[in-house]
Amino acid sequence: MTELTKLTLAEARDRLAAREISASELTNAYLSAIEAANPSINAYVAVTPERAREMAARSDEKLARGEGGALEGIPLGIKDLFATEGVHTQACSHILDGFKPPYESTVTANLWADGAVMLGKLNMDEFAMGSSNETSHYGNVVNPWRRAGSNEALVPGGSSGGSAAAVAASLCLGATATDTGGSIRQPAALTGTVGMKPTYGRCSRWGVVAFASSLDQAGPITRTLRDNAIMMRSMASSDPKDTTSVDMAVPDYEAAIGRSVKGLKIGIPAEYRVDGVPEEVDALWARGIEWLKAAGAEIVEISLPHTKYALPAYYIVAPAEASSNLARYDGVRYGLRVPGEDIADMYENTRAAGFGTEVKRRVLIGTYVLSAGYYDAYYLRAQKVRTLIKRDFDLAFEAGVDAILTPATPDAAFAPGAFSGDPVQMYLNDIFTVTVNMAGLPGLAVPAGLNRDGLPLGLQLIGRPFDEETLYTLGHVIEEAAGRFEPAKWW
Amino acid sequence: MSVDIDTVKRVAHLARIKVTDDEAGKMTGELNTILAFVEQLDEVDVEGVEPMTSVVKQEMKKRQDTVTDGGYPDKVTGNAPASDDNFFMVPKVVE
Repeated sequence: MTELTKLTLAEARDRLAAREISASELTNAYLSAIEAANPSINAYVAVTPERAREMAARSDEKLARGEGGALEGIPLGIKDLFATEGVHTQACSHILDGFKPPYESTVTANLWADGAVMLGKLNMDEFAMGSSNETSHYGNVVNPWRRAGSNEALVPGGSSGGSAAAVAASLCLGATATDTGGSIRQPAALTGTVGMKPTYGRCSRWGVVAFASSLDQAGPITRTLRDNAIMMRSMASSDPKDTTSVDMAVPDYEAAIGRSVKGLKIGIPAEYRVDGVPEEVDALWARGIEWLKAAGAEIVEISLPHTKYALPAYYIVAPAEASSNLARYDGVRYGLRVPGEDIADMYENTRAAGFGTEVKRRVLIGTYVLSAGYYDAYYLRAQKVRTLIKRDFDLAFEAGVDAILTPATPDAAFAPGAFSGDPVQMYLNDIFTVTVNMAGLPGLAVPAGLNRDGLPLGLQLIGRPFDEETLYTLGHVIEEAAGRFEPAKWW
Repeated sequence: MSVDIDTVKRVAHLARIKVTDDEAGKMTGELNTILAFVEQLDEVDVEGVEPMTSVVKQEMKKRQDTVTDGGYPDKVTGNAPASDDNFFMVPKVVE
């Protein structure tokens, strides 16, 4: 059975279509793998074996008739942030206790329409707020990767820690994830997996629990570039239910893999060389540059002068939007209710018991920066800085740059509690990824090597708006040169 | 700018989150760390810069103002901690 879970998504798709394997046996192989691994990894917060077997059986019927969709019979894990009809959807928060939505998110509906099979819901930082998957109400996710010769548990990154860990440990063929400041790319980099945050507007946000609406985007985490391109095509759509969803046809991203990169101009931003980043990360970046150059791309030095202001601006904009979005959790319409003396007391008790420390911290910061007298000094200024951050990228692209190469994270996976005393130190994990959300651009994290402890490190490619295809083309060059990385199985 | 414990308590009340004195004290320190971190934005010259309203150049989509969904109050109230006869139940708010 383990052999079946070693197939890539593309290989499984081809063998399913050729009727060499069945969707039911593939799904059962994954359900067994989850049963064996989840007590150690804690990637799934809800497994849906009955629904998975039903969906797989239906896929087998379709495949027998030769009517399979693009993902027919492919078992996937779904981040707990996506509404799935009748199934656990709690953003891994206590305040959504018992919530089972009577509707389906557009992204997951697209996946099921293309024939995918749901294995269950994946662990994450509460309301997608975190970079280590330590804020989940359902406990930490454990990274399938460990330092060479060590048994110490490491974090998988966050907020899509369950998605990244499940993919890295072969507990699904691919996983949905979301990215507000780096929540797809940082965990992908820390687990040796491929993570794409598409352009803002490419995937519908309808039915995705909102964190910071102007930054949130859904995307896939997979084991290979090709798998990622296949899944991306099914997740993306134009959706009348989301006014920020764009009316653009979804390209065949898989076709972009293997295209020539000859003559593509790759920008290397000077501002991404920051103090305190280990030499290995810089060395990896230099290797990435050499790989792209060897494949025929042209390397150019660029400047993105407002880079250092992206993270502080993010920590005004994102909490402000979160404080507004999370106002709906009041103990009236869904989830937890803690009684009080009157209705206001009930609200306050419910939110005190239902939200974790990081969520409270961000709601308070957001409420403060939006409060009377502070709006101009904080929120308005941050939104102006955001305009400048986007302008930096616009100017680089206008000058002919096709994509930008940077490290994905400042370092490899770390131990739980490493940043527990200082929220700002934890926030610095997103220093290379957060600019991309602020400017709404597509960003791809690709595994590119291992550090001296044997832990994966990733590179990030940033593209022009809606040019995910070029990122897949370039990412594939890195994947071919670097090879693929899998954790040694200890669970 | 920094906040004191009374400001934190006031903001927590605005956000409808009950905090104990201990929690408010701890949060005061954490919030001040974050506020000190975001203070570097003061260095940026934003004179004449428009605030960002949308990262994607697209006109806001409009739809027909018609009823396209609904008619299932049992589903709407299905997840409520307390409901009766398709109403959400809350503590008494009028005397």
